[in-house]
Amino acid sequence: MSDSLLLSALLVAATLRGATPLVLAALGGLFAERSGIVDIGLEGKMLGAAFAAAATAAVTGSAWLGLAAALAAAVALALVHGFACITHHGNQVVSGMALNITVSGLTAVLGNAWFHQGGQTPLLPPGGRFAPIQLPGATALAAVPGLGTVYREVVSGHNVLVYAAAAAVPVVTWLVYCTRFGLRLRAVGESPGAVDTAGISVAGTRYRALIVSGALCGLSGAYLSIAHNAAFIRDMSAGKGYLALAALIFGQWRPVPTLGACLLFAFADAAQARLQGTPLPGIGVIPVQLVQALPYILTVALLAGFVGRAVAPRAIGVPYSKEP
Amino acid sequence: MAVQAVELRGIDKWFGDVHANRDVSIAVRAGTIHGIVGENGAGKSTLMGILYGYHHADRGEMLVRGRPAAFRSAQDALAAGIGMVHQHFMLVEPFTVLENVVLGVEGGFRLRAGMARARAELARLGREYHLEVDPDARVADLGVGQRQRVEILKALYRGADLLILDEPTAVLTPQEADHLFEILRALRRQGKTVLLITHKLREIREVTDVVTVMRQGRVVATLPTAETTPEGLAELMVGRAVALRVDKAPRRPGEPLLEVTDLVVEDGLGVERVKGVSFSVRRGEIVGVAGVAGNGQSELLEALAGMRPVRSGRIRFKSHDLDGSEPRDVRRLGVGHVPEDRQRLGLVIPFVARESAILGYQREARYNGAILLRRAALASSWAKQAAEYDIRPGNGLLPTSAFSGGNQQKIVLARELDRNPDLLLVGQPTRGVDIGAIEFIHRRLVALRDADRGVLVVSVELDEILALADRILVMHDGRLVGDVPQENATEQTLGLMMAGVPAGPSSG
Amino acid sequence: MTASAPTRSRPGWLAPALLPALNLVLALALSAVVIVLVGENPVRALRLLVAGAFGDGEAIGYTLYYATSFIFTGLAVAVAFHGGLFNIGAEGQAYIAGLGVALLCLGAERWPAVLVIPAAIVVAAAFGAGWAFVPGWLQASRGSHVVITTIMFNFIASALMTHLLVNVLIKPGQQSPETREFTPNTWLPQLHDVARALGLDIGRSPLNLSLLFALGAGALVWLYLWHTRWGYELRALGHNETAAVYAGIAPARLIIVAMSISGALAGLVALNEVMGVQHRLLINFTGGAGYVGIAVALMGRNHPVGIVLSAILFGALYQGGSELAFDMPKLTRDMVVVIQGLIILVCGALEHALRRPVAALVQRV
Repeated sequence: MSDSLLLSALLVAATLRGATPLVLAALGGLFAERSGIVDIGLEGKMLGAAFAAAATAAVTGSAWLGLAAALAAAVALALVHGFACITHHGNQVVSGMALNITVSGLTAVLGNAWFHQGGQTPLLPPGGRFAPIQLPGATALAAVPGLGTVYREVVSGHNVLVYAAAAAVPVVTWLVYCTRFGLRLRAVGESPGAVDTAGISVAGTRYRALIVSGALCGLSGAYLSIAHNAAFIRDMSAGKGYLALAALIFGQWRPVPTLGACLLFAFADAAQARLQGTPLPGIGVIPVQLVQALPYILTVALLAGFVGRAVAPRAIGVPYSKEP
Repeated sequence: MAVQAVELRGIDKWFGDVHANRDVSIAVRAGTIHGIVGENGAGKSTLMGILYGYHHADRGEMLVRGRPAAFRSAQDALAAGIGMVHQHFMLVEPFTVLENVVLGVEGGFRLRAGMARARAELARLGREYHLEVDPDARVADLGVGQRQRVEILKALYRGADLLILDEPTAVLTPQEADHLFEILRALRRQGKTVLLITHKLREIREVTDVVTVMRQGRVVATLPTAETTPEGLAELMVGRAVALRVDKAPRRPGEPLLEVTDLVVEDGLGVERVKGVSFSVRRGEIVGVAGVAGNGQSELLEALAGMRPVRSGRIRFKSHDLDGSEPRDVRRLGVGHVPEDRQRLGLVIPFVARESAILGYQREARYNGAILLRRAALASSWAKQAAEYDIRPGNGLLPTSAFSGGNQQKIVLARELDRNPDLLLVGQPTRGVDIGAIEFIHRRLVALRDADRGVLVVSVELDEILALADRILVMHDGRLVGDVPQENATEQTLGLMMAGVPAGPSSG
Repeated sequence: MTASAPTRSRPGWLAPALLPALNLVLALALSAVVIVLVGENPVRALRLLVAGAFGDGEAIGYTLYYATSFIFTGLAVAVAFHGGLFNIGAEGQAYIAGLGVALLCLGAERWPAVLVIPAAIVVAAAFGAGWAFVPGWLQASRGSHVVITTIMFNFIASALMTHLLVNVLIKPGQQSPETREFTPNTWLPQLHDVARALGLDIGRSPLNLSLLFALGAGALVWLYLWHTRWGYELRALGHNETAAVYAGIAPARLIIVAMSISGALAGLVALNEVMGVQHRLLINFTGGAGYVGIAVALMGRNHPVGIVLSAILFGALYQGGSELAFDMPKLTRDMVVVIQGLIILVCGALEHALRRPVAALVQRV
């Protein structure tokens, strides 16, 4: 009994850890897309941030400096996207795609040139990564049956970025729905004309949204290389940026449903890792690739209107120019 | 002397070659409802744009409450107490009324306190000005009349003392319009000033204290409403401009080609724009549809051409039912369509000219072999049309964008007329066209009619209608308010009808 | 009302030729910055790259072999662009087409080669079209944005193919996830073999017959777009949907057709890689060609001539990049990816940035 509880607890813990980068990146995408800018460049920002974090942490030995570098890198990429899309009315999809491709090559080139390990960064020393944190009382409660296990495995024992991701959801929700910034953010994505005639700068609001978006993606990327892992590996984002985008769409561009979608996707992945090869009753062995494809299939189903409707912010993807 | 809320002195505004406002001087007294009437192109919208900071006057000065003012943006105007209620609402649909009003003046980073204050203020404004709206209702769920109230509330919430309303009843039902007038009267009682831009004389009579008539960029007159008559106003609006008459043989119309019965057409927002219209077009006659823009003529034309779905009613062409048809079917039956907005509908601007010249007819046998287009046929077709219609430049391989407005229009016209359609639907045939081309186009339309075809012309230029049409229909607020043979039509009678005043005895 | 002034007509060749060239220069300049950051000499790198791509017959052969796939995907993306659609799914469509080609070749052990090749063309096109059909249909009938759905379909294709290669099609007893090798009658002849039969030595390279198919496809696409009524309608739709409706075009149907044609073109990549070079189906044989196609289409301004030239440019980048990596170990193949991304950024998203300065310059000249 306690065995299965332990397994379940470990499964939940793995889900939380798997969901962290998704949640952070998806929330980042939320800000961009809610302001009316299509952002398929989450992948590139994650990867770039991951590289910046690991490289800086490897050189300075400080995880916090690495985190700062990750934020800077992701925000810089977000600003390039903004420059192309907002100031120059460029095609937003193309810009996002271009940044993804450029970053994928750039991180490999710089990684190889600077660290000579085939694109990897060196393994981080203890101070250079975010270690799991034992919350107070974890060992004390360990003896308590049930609750102790849950507390120790599920609630405690994660690194600071996991807790940051958990905190990000209510913070983002508050920011988007209870503040002036959030009101203007949502307005500019639905009706930039209304915002403009109200005397608010459309471009300014969108740039601010992209900066926040970049920061969140920076956290996500940093998690990958200096929290979850202890180094940067080539293409380590491995499509998580697109997964985060899918979760955002699946979550209808709202923070809590997006969290739900991220947890769902992460759970499927964690469950599949543990069940690999084990036949399920009545179904047999599920190929791991099916589980991997599941989030994408679900998103397509959502977009097709088979699983509810996905209503994007009305003004998304259209560069804004004043009516003559 | 009463305080002038706003005074404009000698305002001049140019848009390139167009002299939109010529030496305009108006004084608006505080606490009055001041109407501004005029036809399309009279310069009303430009003037209002200068008032609320959208445009900058080239010459002249503006005084607000006696002090000079020059607005660089809507913000400046609002700071001076001037608010604009646009014809096309600038609202965020998924937001509530409260959120829309508060946008831009939220009163702090955290919304809660500001929203509470706004709620109280909205309740007060609602009571004082008959502007009751549920603050928590989503704008997307609101009807047009209520959305307009939100727009007015937005201006009032920001402390506007002078409100400018641009054609506010264009999208309202009569009842909603009446309620709007209640609101305007309440505003006046509270000492606010209202500038009402309209072309509907009924509104001027009902609610304004003073009326200014504009024509061709100038102020023609400013009078207390009580001293005006509808006939007098219409005459001032339309003027005695010499009409371009085209030499026409007297008409001998034949059998009916097009019969429209009780047609109802809605626009994209579900608002009825054509409200039960019936008429016919016969062989050998040009029927003109006159009216100020926005009274349903555009929707009527698009519905007849198959570009817009029909809500109810019948369209019969030659014995076929056209309601519910698509452009392809309509075209195949022998109806040509020269659209009102040639750039949006009638041409593909990035295409080379001779590709635009076959738009709609790209599948015709004469242009196609088994698989490939016959380039030679395209070239000869273009050469013929360019020569006949004097299209310049004559190089069909230039992009359509390289042609002037007049020549672009000729491309469309040549294309549609080349097929010798039984019925030609034409919208704004000479918009943006130079004088020489105008005459040419008019002669071609008359030639079509002389060849025993039918022509339906929609135009906001009264001169054009008077010159071309054998029979004139007038549309006002989605309905046909007049069916006048050319002999009986004068600017005055038509002007009155266009402004919504019911026609007197038809002898005019 | 006044007449609008006619726009000043610049020479017709200006935008098509000058702007892409300038965009390329800008992208290369940005890449040079990266090279300097890495500690290498950009000018020397460029020289090595050009030599590596065009230095001898073998190099040219490799360059053209890469270019072949890029022509197919470039044409695919371009056709969709002309209809106003952004097909990011060329990668997945090519991948799935490989499945079709592999199934054919595995089953066609005893067929004469003359029959296999046309059948393979049809199968590759059909499978590619099928994979693009669904996103097209979803866009046309349910409004699902084709960009997102094609990205999703790329991932689904990847998962599907991995599953098939690992669990179903794998040659028994072998570790690496690939099918067994096809029988020689199903191989596309490589051009160096053909040349040798004619007495010429052009250097060994994977360059194969599919290059001719690619050039043929380019010609057919050109004819389709500018010389048929269907291409006319597609281009009208892409420029102005309202005018297209006015012209009697049904947008929904045309969207589906356009995506299918696009997918079919992307699918032909399988001819090059699976039939012409690898002679088996393996994981990720597409190697990013779908994404390069986007760059190629943008740089080539969606015209087959531009696409062929851009494809050759990218082929040169890939081939030259490999050679470059030998002499400058700090610059791996990934440098090419960087250049590719920068080209997409400059040609696709920042294209307007250069337009005004260029126009001003031209007015003055």
